[in-house]
Amino acid sequence: MDAARPPILEVRGLRKSFGHSEVLRGIDLAVAPQEMVFIIGPSGSGKSTLLRCCNRLEEPTSGAVHLGGVDLMAPSTDINAMRRKIGMVFQSFNLYPHMTALGNVTLALRKVAARSRTDAETLGMAALDRVGLAAKAKSYPGELSGGQQQRVAIARALALEPTVMLFDEPTSALDPELVGSVLAVMRELKAAGMTMLVVSHEMRFARDAADRVIFMDHGVIVEEGAPDQIFAKPREARTRAFIAGLTRS
Amino acid sequence: MEAIIQQFFNLDIMARALPLVLAGLRQTLLLCFIVIPLGLVGGLVFALASLSSSRTVRWSMIAAIDFFRAVPPLVLLIFVYSGLPFAGIRLSPLTAVAVAFFLNTSSYYGEIYRAGIESVGRGQWDAARSTGLSAVSTLSHVVLPQAVRNVLPDLVSNTVEVVKLTSIASVVALPELLYSADMARSVTFNASPIVLAAAIYLVMLWPVVRLISRLERRMAS
Amino acid sequence: MNDWSRFVEAFFKSNLIEQYLPSILQGVVTTIEIALAVVVTGLAFGLALAVVRSFEIRPLNVLIIILVDILRALPPLVIVLIVYFGLPNVGVSIPSFAVLWLVLSLVLAAFAEEIFWAGILSVPKGQWEAARSTGLSFLGTLGYIVLPQAVRLTVPPITNRTVAITKNTALGTVIGVPEILNQATTAQSFSGNATPLMMGALAYIILFIPVVALGRYLETRFAWRRN
Ligand SMILES: Nc1ncnc2c1ncn2[C@@H]1O[C@H](COP(=O)(O)OP(=O)(O)OP(=O)(O)O)[C@@H](O)[C@H]1O
Ligand SMILES: [Mg+2]
Repeated sequence: MDAARPPILEVRGLRKSFGHSEVLRGIDLAVAPQEMVFIIGPSGSGKSTLLRCCNRLEEPTSGAVHLGGVDLMAPSTDINAMRRKIGMVFQSFNLYPHMTALGNVTLALRKVAARSRTDAETLGMAALDRVGLAAKAKSYPGELSGGQQQRVAIARALALEPTVMLFDEPTSALDPELVGSVLAVMRELKAAGMTMLVVSHEMRFARDAADRVIFMDHGVIVEEGAPDQIFAKPREARTRAFIAGLTRS
Repeated sequence: MEAIIQQFFNLDIMARALPLVLAGLRQTLLLCFIVIPLGLVGGLVFALASLSSSRTVRWSMIAAIDFFRAVPPLVLLIFVYSGLPFAGIRLSPLTAVAVAFFLNTSSYYGEIYRAGIESVGRGQWDAARSTGLSAVSTLSHVVLPQAVRNVLPDLVSNTVEVVKLTSIASVVALPELLYSADMARSVTFNASPIVLAAAIYLVMLWPVVRLISRLERRMAS
Repeated sequence: MNDWSRFVEAFFKSNLIEQYLPSILQGVVTTIEIALAVVVTGLAFGLALAVVRSFEIRPLNVLIIILVDILRALPPLVIVLIVYFGLPNVGVSIPSFAVLWLVLSLVLAAFAEEIFWAGILSVPKGQWEAARSTGLSFLGTLGYIVLPQAVRLTVPPITNRTVAITKNTALGTVIGVPEILNQATTAQSFSGNATPLMMGALAYIILFIPVVALGRYLETRFAWRRN
């Protein structure tokens, strides 16, 4: 990581409890502009919760989240305005089934960014074009394959011109033959300079696209480093066991 | 405020009306014990006939069910009670109520059973018949238990509707709960007896209404 | 006189049909007016209650649940009589058609609230999260994303329940609302013949069979609701 550049997304001392169980136990994380950071770790280790705390879909119990220097936790911060700058892509796509692909992509442009319909549709078509689905603008989610749905979901986030994008296992609900199309889109985003925080266990992809890999377990960051180091020469025993499990399956 | 309490929650008047209202409650319960079983059985017959393999039977049953669902029960009741005598059929209030409510509730129960039976997959029939079970055994041991479970909230909810329905028997002077309470109202010029009747309906039905919400939520998840 | 002609004489006497057709038709108009008013206010109020409930403000929700439960547990005729006979004695007098409209609207609202609320709950959490993650507000998410899906899901049960409750306009006869049944029974007692009653029953059937059939059609079209 280039230490000269200030981080664009910064998480400090983040804790999150559900009732009595503490799911995040003090997370510190800084993501530099244009950096692609992967988060891996066993099921239940808190990866999704960490991501969801970054746009306050989940309310952190304590700690700080800053985006571009703005304190997301401050009462004076308009969280809805900030969320526009934090794109999020979900494992289960969560496309709106009652709207076309273009409708999905333009809704927030019109209602949150207050763009006119024609403006929104121009931007929306451009976003769909970036994910290779301009031709499917008029299709409903039910008429699209899983891979296409996920790309529309990416376009929905992309259309708002976010400064950071969060991906929570974007390919794990997809049939193997559809994974490639989504990864290709993510690769292009990376090339275009998008800052990304990705929860995913696509090791091959992580190895050649990620700048940094973070291994989480039980609500803490156990180890982080360059992909080659984490996957080939993990320092911690827990990381080693987890990677070994990944490679076996 | 004082006036409202006097008019709606007058305990003196309620106490005086209580014996009459309780006698009415007995009639209401009697009515329920006649109408609910009749409706449950009649509904099953309606449902099975409406799933018959004969087109004619099927469509005429569906037409009959829709017919009786389209007529307001009060219209049906008044027709049976004061219309049929013109055709030489004179029924006591209780019989008239039983006949009219039978036709109405069987249609609603029938429609619910039908949805339930249709919700049980064809595979269940095939599997049961392939083990040598007769059609009747398949129906009663395999299909109906699942069907009833699938539509249990609707069955219970319709039963609440039937209990509420018995209140319109008051219109043909059958001395059930509401009729008795309304008698008491007309001699005391005070709505408290009807509020008392309402309280009795609430005590009987509120727990069931809660139960329905629970059941529906469980089915949805 | 054989049985058939006696039957026709009792239920389809042509001069009586002619004589009472206008008043029955007047009843039809009254029934339609009240029914439409009940559907509009009942559904609107029910939807409003469901929306308020989704804010999850505890004391408010307890109140809504109690109100809805009471309205679902009481026979509509009981409520009609309490309002109709009770209110004048405390100085509030409203015309009988308004009593009928008010009571049936409240009852429909109660059932509609339950159905709409179940619909809102059945929209997956991911829909809320996706919308909120793009910056849509709570109300925006509810209005653009959740309600359209919830309402679509609830079309068949709402239709059936609405039909069942609007049929209760016939209860108006008990408090003298000049709807179909009231016109029919009045005419019957004047004429001493069941023909007006038959006309009234037929009027109800002509009025309600199409909506019952519509409910049946919607049920099959939206059959996926119970998977
Ligand atoms: N809303 C919630 N209420 C209570 N507990 C929750 C909630 N959300 C998550 N948890 C718990 O928090 C822990 C971490 O969950 P999280 O979804 O962040 O894990 P994860 O690392 O994303 O796992 P996976 O790989 O299975 O997606 C789990 O034990 C989970 O049960
Ligand atoms: Mg997760």
